[in-house]
Amino acid sequence: MTTDTPTARPDGTADALAVPAAHGGCPFDPPPAYREAHRAGPITKVSLWDGAPCWLLTGYRHSRAVLGDHRFSADARVPGFPFLVPGRRELITRTTPTFLRLDDPEHARQRRMLTGDFIIKRVEALRPQIQQIVDEALDAMIAKGGPADLVQEFALPVPSLVICLLLGVPYADHEFFQRHSRTLLDIRVDIEQVDAAQQALTDYLSDLADRKRREPDDSVLSRLVARDELSRAEAAAMGLLLLVAGHETTANMTALGTLALLRHPEQAERLRAQPELMKGAVEELLRYLTIVHLGIPRVALEDVDLDGTLVRAGEGVLCMVSTANRDAELFEDGDRLDVTRDARRHLAFGFGIHQCLGQPLARAELQIALGTLLRRLPGLRLAVPFEEVEVREESLVNGLRALPVSW
Amino acid sequence: MQVIIDQDRCCGSGQCVLTVPAVFDQGEEDGLVRLLQESPGPELAADVRLAAALCPGNVITVHGDPG
Ligand code: SF4
Repeated sequence: MTTDTPTARPDGTADALAVPAAHGGCPFDPPPAYREAHRAGPITKVSLWDGAPCWLLTGYRHSRAVLGDHRFSADARVPGFPFLVPGRRELITRTTPTFLRLDDPEHARQRRMLTGDFIIKRVEALRPQIQQIVDEALDAMIAKGGPADLVQEFALPVPSLVICLLLGVPYADHEFFQRHSRTLLDIRVDIEQVDAAQQALTDYLSDLADRKRREPDDSVLSRLVARDELSRAEAAAMGLLLLVAGHETTANMTALGTLALLRHPEQAERLRAQPELMKGAVEELLRYLTIVHLGIPRVALEDVDLDGTLVRAGEGVLCMVSTANRDAELFEDGDRLDVTRDARRHLAFGFGIHQCLGQPLARAELQIALGTLLRRLPGLRLAVPFEEVEVREESLVNGLRALPVSW
Repeated sequence: MQVIIDQDRCCGSGQCVLTVPAVFDQGEEDGLVRLLQESPGPELAADVRLAAALCPGNVITVHGDPG
């Protein structure tokens, strides 16, 4: 456990600022050390655990600029790419890269094999099926009776079922892939464990992709392998990315979003009275909670003048979208949750060509899940004191270990 | 106002369609942006400008009607 006392100074140095910073314990707020650093200025030079220089960007403008700039690479194999913990660099160099960690033109080639599957129209057409999944999960939770853990009973199964349906993965295997997904995002476990989880999931998806080649169905994975433009390893890596990104992030947003609404009952009441506010409320929750709370990494491919600061080729940059989304320059009183705010400019899905591919799906799932929860459970409340709700401090993606509720 | 798109840069995020469905669409197969009207009326100007700002790929350029 790190107890860091940040000493960000006006000259932009902060030797004692540990990266990644400690969680801080508040389920909603970005790590306190990053907020502290931002008070001294939006660009802070830090050293990573391996001594590599890295720029911490805590303001909105800079993160948006870097994420939208092709002079900053998302390719983790480029020397200088910032890694938050030891071992991951070696792991990534022996892993087949997906478009998430590739630059154009290869990024665009791979991503465009999937863009047709996530268009707004297609996701809108899925709404009745998502609603059914949400209702069935709630029915089951209500039938069991409270208090219940909303993470296990609702927040996790809903996006898992949705991505399984879309991708063509059997939900019966959910314990297997949920456990390993968690390990992939855990920055405290040994790299051997991460490696083993990655291998297990890759083998699983390779076999599944082989099966789809033999027996095609109407799933994203099946269409992907039918294109015959990807190697077996590439297809498995892409399937893995979609599976992990598709349930882990939305699950955490659902649980944290519910907790945020329980903690701000006046906002929940507002949404119960005016359900049409839910679309905007989801944008506000995405902004306020920004679950990618440890930032989005990039490496400079050439020297770049960033608003007067020279970032040299080969230096890492961490775009702290969690603090960016609280930046007063864009969001007045940004530490306040306000479901009526226009939060659409948030960077919770990232920015630039790598912006989340599944965002229409995530939005639909969150709107339906949170809306249904509020409507069907008017007495929803925490079953433990707020202070006892545990966050997953070890995860790259902010989330809750459990959310005990009654209704 | 005049709207120009550079489809080559589109990453299919759908932000434009979500913001102004009257002006932007996505191809059913490739998921990439399609322009439905090149000169949308002034009542759509603010939304089109927001769509241009939200577009993560810097695909959308707007000319005319400043403000
Ligand atoms: S917002 Fe930009 S990148 Fe996204 S679909 Fe529209 S044009 Fe393409």
